[in-house]
Amino acid sequence: MNFLELFLESLTTLTVNKLRTGLAMLGIVIGIGSVIALVSLGQASQQAIQDRIQSLGANLLTVEPGAQRTGAVRGAAGGDTSLTNADAQAIASSPQVTTIKAVSPEYSRRSQVTTGGANTNTQVIGVTDTYPEVHKVTLSSGSFISQRDVDGLTKVAVVGPQVVSDLFGNGANPIGQTLRISGQTFTIIGETVSKGGSGFLNQDDIIYIPLTTAQKQLFGANYLTSIALEANSESVMTAAQNQVGYLLLARHKFNDPTQADFSILSQQDILNTVSSTTSTFTALLSGIAAISLLVGGIGIMNIMLVTVTERTREIGLRKALGAKKRIITAQFLTESMILTFTGGIIGVVLGIVASYIISRVNNSLFVISPSSVLLAFVVSAGVGVLFGWYPARRAAGLQPIEALRYE
Amino acid sequence: MARSASPPQSFIIETQHLSKIYHMDGVQTVALSDVSIIVKRGEFVAIMGPSGSGKSTLMHILGALDQPTTGTYILDGENVEKLSDDQLADIRNHKIGFIFQAYNLLPRTTALKNVMVPMVYAGVPKEERLATATKYLQMVGLGDRLDHTSNQLSGGQQQRVAIARALVLSPALLLADEPTGNIATNQAEEIMAIFQKLNAEGHTIVMITHEPDIAEHAQRIIHIRDGKIVNDSSDHSQRLIKLPKSK
Repeated sequence: MNFLELFLESLTTLTVNKLRTGLAMLGIVIGIGSVIALVSLGQASQQAIQDRIQSLGANLLTVEPGAQRTGAVRGAAGGDTSLTNADAQAIASSPQVTTIKAVSPEYSRRSQVTTGGANTNTQVIGVTDTYPEVHKVTLSSGSFISQRDVDGLTKVAVVGPQVVSDLFGNGANPIGQTLRISGQTFTIIGETVSKGGSGFLNQDDIIYIPLTTAQKQLFGANYLTSIALEANSESVMTAAQNQVGYLLLARHKFNDPTQADFSILSQQDILNTVSSTTSTFTALLSGIAAISLLVGGIGIMNIMLVTVTERTREIGLRKALGAKKRIITAQFLTESMILTFTGGIIGVVLGIVASYIISRVNNSLFVISPSSVLLAFVVSAGVGVLFGWYPARRAAGLQPIEALRYE
Repeated sequence: MARSASPPQSFIIETQHLSKIYHMDGVQTVALSDVSIIVKRGEFVAIMGPSGSGKSTLMHILGALDQPTTGTYILDGENVEKLSDDQLADIRNHKIGFIFQAYNLLPRTTALKNVMVPMVYAGVPKEERLATATKYLQMVGLGDRLDHTSNQLSGGQQQRVAIARALVLSPALLLADEPTGNIATNQAEEIMAIFQKLNAEGHTIVMITHEPDIAEHAQRIIHIRDGKIVNDSSDHSQRLIKLPKSK
């Protein structure tokens, strides 16, 4: 009896009782479907977060004042006032630093912003003309803060689309309008393109003003809250981190790097931290889905046991006619594998459809990794073998006379 | 009792001192005791006995579906004792054609497919299976019902499918267990006619029945009661003698 015959015969048997076959498969369909959908959901959110972090700027290094960083874990940063404009200048001009393309000194603070009718609390950040390059910010209209604005301490602002909709309403043209930050009036000269994001990653809820204006006129500070650096390429990130690190250690007169009053965070560090969080999240989701797959497998085993009992006479007859144990085992295993494999295919299709719908509803990414589909197939066939094995062995072990007598 | 006078291959069945004892909940039941039978090639034997006489147990042992507790059984020159389950399956497949009271066809399966089952397990190639199955179904007069499923056939027709199924691998022994038990009288006669025709062609048949008029069709009748052979006669004049006869 070759495999094709076994397969066709099992198929015939399964189509005899369609309702039961369908119900038995349902458990696997739901199990595999939820594995596919949830893994896709997890990977989509991971991808989305990574994209968002990358949109902050390519090959980005951030120097922050204050607490030391040990590995990926940092203490409370940003409380110190150790970073100065001179540090930023030094990084930009030092011959020791060869791997940095652009330097963006920044002073950032949350502040209350008002217009005639509306007010909002948002991030106000003092920047120079290098900011757009380092952070990959583009303008939808108007122009960005220029070196002249920085030199002249002008009161101009570039706003994010979120600020525009908060203060002027959706779709309004803010160019030429004014807003008040801490009682001082600024003229809006540009609006950035939306980058999306939320919470601390929201790139749209920001007001950019000239660095000097922020430090001297608005907040009365002579230090920086961060220096953003763009490295020449991804491969020199570590070198760049070291060069900038040694330069600043020397400037701040520290011998021991662990004592430093600043820290340099690469974008990769942030990515790693966030990735490990989101992959934990994905694993959790997959775990939940795996449980439903297990329940589906037990459902298959239950149905197969019922089938064995119901077909006791048939099994007895087959053994009387010369079927060996191995053939009976193979027959029932084939049936359970067809059940789980077909269930797996339907589950994969439904899972993909479900994740597509979810991505459309949430307006999020649609990610299906081939590995999760492949895994689903392997697991579904495996479930068939695992949970079909016991019923199949039970069928094969039936004594022909007992089985023939069975009513 | 030495029975080695004749060459073994002329014996299809040779049992010596077969006994079968069941243990159930500590109670011993003797189903067969000291049964020695020889069936020669080409014989048509009926085994008769009331229910509980042990004739079904005997049939199971003769059919290699069950093993005796003691005694030996040689089927067509092959010692059936102490064989593994799979070896017994092979013996049943190649040497025995079963015909059951309840036909035992696969439900919702065509006559052709039912008849092909033993050949599937014997590894016969597909084209040959189809040809052989068709040939034997034509032989039992069902050439026009090859693609009827078992539930579309009458009892007599189903039993004829079962006979065709029993014949396809040319077994040494046809073993029939109450073959007419579920069939109307006129159809039972047709079945018996087929049996006699097969016997005339040289098939060895052992048939278990409790109906005397069915047993009539055999050349030899073995009466069994309380697990023992009480009468074994190939002589027609002794057929209706019911009294135990010492040997």
